[in-house]
Amino acid sequence: MFMTDAPLDLAALLEEARPSDGALCLFVGVVRNQNDGRPTTAIVYEAYGSMAEEQIERILGGLAREFPSARLVVRHRLGRLSVGDASVAIVATSPHRAEAFAACRAAIDRIKTTVPIWKKEFHPDGSSDWVDPTKMS
Amino acid sequence: MKRLDLRGMRVQVLYFAAFRDAVGRETQTEELGENATVADLWDRLVLQVPFFGRFPAMPPAAVNREYVEGDTALRDGDEVAFLPPVAGG
Repeated sequence: MFMTDAPLDLAALLEEARPSDGALCLFVGVVRNQNDGRPTTAIVYEAYGSMAEEQIERILGGLAREFPSARLVVRHRLGRLSVGDASVAIVATSPHRAEAFAACRAAIDRIKTTVPIWKKEFHPDGSSDWVDPTKMS
Repeated sequence: MKRLDLRGMRVQVLYFAAFRDAVGRETQTEELGENATVADLWDRLVLQVPFFGRFPAMPPAAVNREYVEGDTALRDGDEVAFLPPVAGG
């Protein structure tokens, strides 16, 4: 399962990623304190769970063909997160750093565009709204 | 001689995030005629939900958890979701 309600355990993910490969690239997405100029206090992540799992599996399958020497470990949080909490973690390992960086970058880029996950931002005044990346500058 | 089958089909429509909030529920069942497509279903929902009328085009759609185009034919028992712009990470 790639989606989890539990806080991301980065040490456990690094262990799972077989760090003996030579190069390890870790990307962690964290909840930022503002978005589009509006302060944020928390974000609730929601997913179409069964489809999200299948889409991440598909992305990883494609990356395995493009970067045959790289291995990837992916976890994405669901539920209510505070500013600074880790929302997504990608670990890419490879015998050499170039492929680890490239696979890690490609994984997060694709996850952000095709996996059905949504976030609702909460603001200091108590208001909230769903993030629409197509309306951002 | 080809028999005309007047029985329709039922599909399960799922709503998430902003769409669920706009519609006010997570799921609904829709009955459609034979050979109905994903676009036909969207056209039906636009008539039911004023919020959907604001969309210039059909949003991304999934049938049984796979992204599909509007001309995809639906089958009885399909799970259909129209998806708000995704924003993971």
